[in-house]
Amino acid sequence: MRIAFVIGYLLLAPFLGALIDGAERVISARMQRRKGPSLLQPFYDLRKLFSKQMIAVNNAQLLLNLSYLVFLVIAGCMLFSGSDILMCLFILSLADMFLVIGASSDSSPYANMGAGREMLQMMAYEPMTLIIAVGFYLASGSFQVADIVHMSVSPVVFMPGMLLGFMFTAAIKFRKSPFDLSTSHHAHQEMVKGITTEMSGTTLGIMNIAEYYEMILILGIFCLFIINENWWSWPIAMIVCLFILFLEILWDNATARLKWQHLLYGCWLVTLLAGGLNLLILMLIK
Amino acid sequence: MGVMSKSPWLLHYDASSCNGCDIEVLDCLTPKYDIERFGIINTGDPFQADILLITGGVNSQTEPVVRQLYSQMPEPKVVVAVGICACTGGVFKECYNIRGGIDTVIPVDVYVPGCAARPESIIDGVVKALDILDEKRKLFKAEKKGR
Repeated sequence: MRIAFVIGYLLLAPFLGALIDGAERVISARMQRRKGPSLLQPFYDLRKLFSKQMIAVNNAQLLLNLSYLVFLVIAGCMLFSGSDILMCLFILSLADMFLVIGASSDSSPYANMGAGREMLQMMAYEPMTLIIAVGFYLASGSFQVADIVHMSVSPVVFMPGMLLGFMFTAAIKFRKSPFDLSTSHHAHQEMVKGITTEMSGTTLGIMNIAEYYEMILILGIFCLFIINENWWSWPIAMIVCLFILFLEILWDNATARLKWQHLLYGCWLVTLLAGGLNLLILMLIK
Repeated sequence: MGVMSKSPWLLHYDASSCNGCDIEVLDCLTPKYDIERFGIINTGDPFQADILLITGGVNSQTEPVVRQLYSQMPEPKVVVAVGICACTGGVFKECYNIRGGIDTVIPVDVYVPGCAARPESIIDGVVKALDILDEKRKLFKAEKKGR
């Protein structure tokens, strides 16, 4: 069963991620009363990126981007194989560090600024992810994902505040406005393309695939909030995930990009109020 | 439609335009014209662009910039000159600082006339450029195999 989940994640996550990305772009376009691209647009983009000429500013960037991909896949495999969620979240941050180093390795000031902002974003969302791991431990008595999914009631009953907080900070991970400081999916921004400025063709394609793996990993963590020992919790978890994605798209279209100060203080405030209070109550009742 | 023409990313540069054509280019992104339905993304990054869309004639200050943007774009790539100034130099042709149309500096594949060029004709020009992009990809692939 565990092996099936891991193989399923390895093979299906990029396809599922790209499909979700395509659906997101269509829904965004409809929200702006546009027709929008085709549902399969991310696949066309990837196919094109891998067929372009290879322009590399240095030898390290491709390797660092590959490391980003590999470590993300390892983090995802850990979650989907039912092992330690704390370790999974640590490896997730490690993967992000490779992206930051990759962006810092070239001479473009925009890429370097993007790398700095990516670090700020990591600082903003990291406390929440750690609180979530502790929350799961307090709720289920174990850091093992395999134990968490076999609880008699869904973890969200014990940690509703953490779910809200994680929804807030997950917008950073999905690179959604107002938190898309380091790089953005939108047409124009104040520093060209941020961390992806000097990535082209294959390098950018690898980064995109890694983002799809990451998206499925984050959605997996959202599922973990809902899933319990009953079979019917699984379809409910999927529906909740789709609903959260819709909220993120709505938020993306309704807000403008923030300054980094607002991002950092906003995320920490939400982490403290939603996550911290929830954690405190959980420690008292458990 | 081929590999390239289904996902053309576009880089827009204003070489010395009066902003008339630039506003029409931005018009193409609005809900009424919506070029994203062709899979086109208006990217600000030459490393990620397939189509270089230039408005305005080249002057002595923008010439090195145009050259550099063109050289930073990975193959296969096409250039679309939008507006009469980008095509020939237009009314500024005889000015002391103007080199002339974009084709005096880099090879241009599609010329879109007009002052200012209408959004419809810009989209038409870009769609024409997509066919050329596919042909260039075939050449690029053949070259890669031959090497």
